[in-house]
Amino acid sequence: MAVLKVTFTKTKRDKLAQVLWVLNWVSVITGVTLFSLGLFLKVEILKRQEVMSDDIHPVPNMLIGVGLCACGINFLGGKICYDCVDTTKFLRWKLIMLPYIICTFFFTFCILVGALMCCFMHHELERSLYQGLHNAMRYYKDTDIPGRCYLKRTVDMLQLEFQCCGNGGYRDWFHIQWISNRYLDMSKSEVVDRLRSNIQGKYLMDSVPFSCCNTFSPRPCIQHQVTNNSAHHNYDYQTEELNLWQKGCRQALLEYYTNIMQSIAIIVITIWLFELFVLTGVRYLQTAMENVVQLGDPDSESDGWILENSLSETARYNFNVIKNLGKCCHVGDDPNIDVPSIDPGQNIQETGPSRQIPLPK
Amino acid sequence: MTLMKIKFTFQKRVRLAQGLWLLSWAAMFSGVVVFSMGVFLKTELLRRSEVMHTDDIHVVPNLLMLVGLASVGINLCAGRICQDSMDVARFARWKTFLTPFFIGSLLFTTMLLVTMILSYALQSSLEESLKIGLKNGIRFYKDTDTPGRCFQKQTIDHLQMELQCCGNNNFRDWFEVQWINNRYLDFTCKEVKDRVRSNVDGRYLMDGVPFSCCNPASPRPCIQEHILDNTAHHNYDYQSEELNLYKRGCREALVSYYIGLMNTIGPGVLSVFMVQMSMLASLRYLQTAMVGVEAEDMEVETEGYILEKGLKETLEEAKENLKMLLHLNKGQVEDESAETEGDAEAGASE
Repeated sequence: MAVLKVTFTKTKRDKLAQVLWVLNWVSVITGVTLFSLGLFLKVEILKRQEVMSDDIHPVPNMLIGVGLCACGINFLGGKICYDCVDTTKFLRWKLIMLPYIICTFFFTFCILVGALMCCFMHHELERSLYQGLHNAMRYYKDTDIPGRCYLKRTVDMLQLEFQCCGNGGYRDWFHIQWISNRYLDMSKSEVVDRLRSNIQGKYLMDSVPFSCCNTFSPRPCIQHQVTNNSAHHNYDYQTEELNLWQKGCRQALLEYYTNIMQSIAIIVITIWLFELFVLTGVRYLQTAMENVVQLGDPDSESDGWILENSLSETARYNFNVIKNLGKCCHVGDDPNIDVPSIDPGQNIQETGPSRQIPLPK
Repeated sequence: MTLMKIKFTFQKRVRLAQGLWLLSWAAMFSGVVVFSMGVFLKTELLRRSEVMHTDDIHVVPNLLMLVGLASVGINLCAGRICQDSMDVARFARWKTFLTPFFIGSLLFTTMLLVTMILSYALQSSLEESLKIGLKNGIRFYKDTDTPGRCFQKQTIDHLQMELQCCGNNNFRDWFEVQWINNRYLDFTCKEVKDRVRSNVDGRYLMDGVPFSCCNPASPRPCIQEHILDNTAHHNYDYQSEELNLYKRGCREALVSYYIGLMNTIGPGVLSVFMVQMSMLASLRYLQTAMVGVEAEDMEVETEGYILEKGLKETLEEAKENLKMLLHLNKGQVEDESAETEGDAEAGASE
């Protein structure tokens, strides 16, 4: 009982082949789209590499690889479908078509995996950003140490662009020394007191860099003595919301990347569905063409199907094939191997009928 | 003495028509390009309209958009005309339309040159407009509670951060205005009162700048207050310190940005002008070449020219025609008034 059997006349077959040829070329373009989406994501991640600690490159690399493969596979598919209009040309591809369909079917899973990876990267990204931002803020003051001298600029530009402050919030700046010792007057008692006030000897204060300032605030920015209400006229830091950026940079970047990846995931899933659709068409074309070749008359009607027998039968059949393939390796038990029965006085006879391993259609 | 006469065989005419059709499509696309350049320039000017005092410079993108649209129409017509030139009967219906069409197209094409000249001529007006606009923006920076001016602070802050500039000419412009609102000044404090009394207008002036003047590329945390006071900060000399604040003034930054834009658009407009003029010249040749062609004999050899007589003679002829037209009108009006008088008299006598 064939699964989803459809009868094809000659004209229907030809039209199917032509449509599939066009669709395969459209799929090549979608493969290029996949590739460029992966490239875009890679560039976006590389741009902020300085505030990320781990390598989250597997996702864009996967998309790039899948995109390139999709181009190649669909190009081949287009060639095959183009040749399917003519029965003689089809015979060239006859042996390749089924492996091609199986490979493409498994390849579409790779596309789906790519889409799912985009959705589930959230946790890893957050961890990476937390660590990266923590380090960047710690080395903010080290503008004289090679290898770290651009971190101040990077963090400032990041806070200005994404309208955020600190890792989780602006208070993160209170826990680190972000002013280099070169610019601290060690002869002043106030500075020395502050340095002595904590175990690690760091110059900590309740101030933030200028890049945390909120441009939408109606009053000039208060960056120093942020939690000291008496230091500023008509100011209450607990109710004041517009003075500094309230969002942490980790959250801002996470939202940014999550948006990008959600859009990419939606596009990739659409492309996956399209690929499955094209693959179904190619399967129908393959089965219809094979039946035509079997019938002998190129102009006759033929049937096309997804599977020749029902799903359970096909699964059982293939399972047996795989089992027998496995049995091939055990020499003693194989009934196909001629084991002459040693019987004194009798001629050596062949035992057991020879059975051939049936090939799947 | 015909101007630039060329002989045209039938083959040459056909080739001219084909070439002209392609050229008209190329000119149409360049017209679209001119239109989009006008739109782009206008949006860029509108983005910073809050720091511009006058609108004079907007005439450049407006003209570009107008000429772009006109050129699309002109070139579509030209394409149609040269398609019809293969058939004498169809071409005949364009005959009366062609001369006014040429005059109109020439006018619009010269407007391209005029636009280019204007873009250079109006640069000083743009600079003046920006100078006044920025001065006002800086003056009203503190008025975040006054309706109509409450967004000036935001505008100026974003401008300074985006264009990496500070103040009108430089950062010292901020020392001359009070950019902190009185609401945030503690008038019970002695220091504040002294500062307010220290100048004639009673403004709170100081050698400090807003945070948006800070340069992120500076190796040290930004010094925005007591900028001219070396003793207020450790290891600091304001005269040698270059990276602390943005050195450039916002007027200079904006002017150079817009001049850069218009210098990029200039050569584009010039090349569109060339393409359009060559299209019009080819069309003129086709029109004059088709004059001698009859319906029965398409293969006859004809002559094409730019002007039938020399330039001076053509201009004089045009002047005469115009005078005649005006006199004719005047004469018609006089005749009509004479007639009505005659009728009135005849009516009165009856």
